Amino acid sequence: MAHGPDLSLSIARLTFGGEVLYKDFHLNVAGGEVVALIGPSGVGKTTLLRILAGVETGFDGLALVDGHPAPLAPVPGLVFQDARLLPWLSCADNLRAVRPDVSNEVVAQALAATGLVDVQDKWPRQLSGGMQRRLGLARALLVNPRLMLLDEPFVSLDRVVVRELQALVTDLIVQSGATAVLVSHDPQDAARLAHRVVIIAGRPVQIVADLALDALPAQRSRTQIIAYEDRIETAMVESAL
Amino acid sequence: MSPALDPRPVAPRPKGEAWLGWASFLLMIGLWGAAALAVNSRFLPAPWTVIAHISWLTNEAHLLPDFAVTLGRAALGFVTAMVLGTLIGIALGRSRLVDRLFLNWVVVGMNLPAIVIAILCFIWLGLNDKALILAVVLNKTPLVITNIRQGVLSFDPAFDELARAYRLSRGQTFRLIHAPQLVPYLLTAARTGLSLVWKIVLVFEVLGSDSGVGFRVSLFFQFFDLKGILAYTLVFVAIVMVLEHVAISPLERRLLKWRTDQT
Repeated sequence: MAHGPDLSLSIARLTFGGEVLYKDFHLNVAGGEVVALIGPSGVGKTTLLRILAGVETGFDGLALVDGHPAPLAPVPGLVFQDARLLPWLSCADNLRAVRPDVSNEVVAQALAATGLVDVQDKWPRQLSGGMQRRLGLARALLVNPRLMLLDEPFVSLDRVVVRELQALVTDLIVQSGATAVLVSHDPQDAARLAHRVVIIAGRPVQIVADLALDALPAQRSRTQIIAYEDRIETAMVESAL
Repeated sequence: MSPALDPRPVAPRPKGEAWLGWASFLLMIGLWGAAALAVNSRFLPAPWTVIAHISWLTNEAHLLPDFAVTLGRAALGFVTAMVLGTLIGIALGRSRLVDRLFLNWVVVGMNLPAIVIAILCFIWLGLNDKALILAVVLNKTPLVITNIRQGVLSFDPAFDELARAYRLSRGQTFRLIHAPQLVPYLLTAARTGLSLVWKIVLVFEVLGSDSGVGFRVSLFFQFFDLKGILAYTLVFVAIVMVLEHVAISPLERRLLKWRTDQT
């Protein structure tokens, strides 16, 4: 299976509201790697994801996706923390919005892959919070992404739904071989999904810990997950977060 | 997210209560009839007299041509103002420079008395349809601009970010993301605009035209023909109600189905 793209992010300087958010910041992600970016709320994690998605371009530096500047790279599969569904489009049309050329079968397959059945003609508001996140995930899958960018995809959901979605995301990334960057403030997300955990903090933001988690995400036992979670939490505490 | 786009469901009007609207209408006619019986019919003709008079005006006089002329003028003025107002409103909402340069013009346009605009148009262009329609457009356009500008300013930037992340083209972004957010503002502009256009077309017809409903009503006024005035008014109200219930409300229900659909 072909791996997803290598990522290379280098920010010389990025300011926000007069404050220097990033300065001399570098992050590399190998193709097919799942990296969790962990840090406190408001530190600037989503900003990194927006740069990699090619949405944020107002900074001194360079974001390369397989050697291409991020805005010119193939469309990433971006999953937002608020699902960000278009309320005036049916669920099926929300998917078609990002790939107008796909057939009904492909839309149905993307929905089925995320566990959504008989929702094509429903409006997004008629879905539960968990189902809306699944629909956001199905939309990301529809562009056949080689790069998945996940912005707090499990926040504000109940624990059972979070577990289901974490398993689903892990399966989908393993199946596609995509490179993935997951932004979260929760060590548990990283312990379950990531190959590598990058903890960021401070002003300007710096990488304060870079941890490799050995076991493959899909094969992790409960004990390993708990151990990784402890390890990440300890690193966060030691980094005075 | 702007209140117009709030995805929380809006309770649809219960179907069983439609009769209340008709009952209210019949009550209005009943009160009118009772008042007509109580006072001199010269000052307030009864509804049945007026309805019979409508039939006579239709068959023996100029009711149909008068309404055709007025409706044509109103439709032309309305469509032109909606198109112009929408384009200018989008330009003002999207460009801070254009907004800074021209917003005061819109404010002036909103507050210029309609009658002044009409008189100026009649002086400059003569007492003709061109002047009348231009006056209607100049009166109505600022209102559309204001509505549409407000709609553009309330676009949710989160959806623009979605469009950029998924590399949607400008056309796709407008069709899938911007146009649906403008719909409630367009509907408001259309509804308020339609009522305004009716009124000002009639006033301008009184002022400087030799045809149309306004012109005819002014003739009725000169002859103190209350029956004629009320007959034209009743037909006018009927047309407005038909437009509301046959065109605007169904269109609104269709375009905003996502807010009310319970299935």
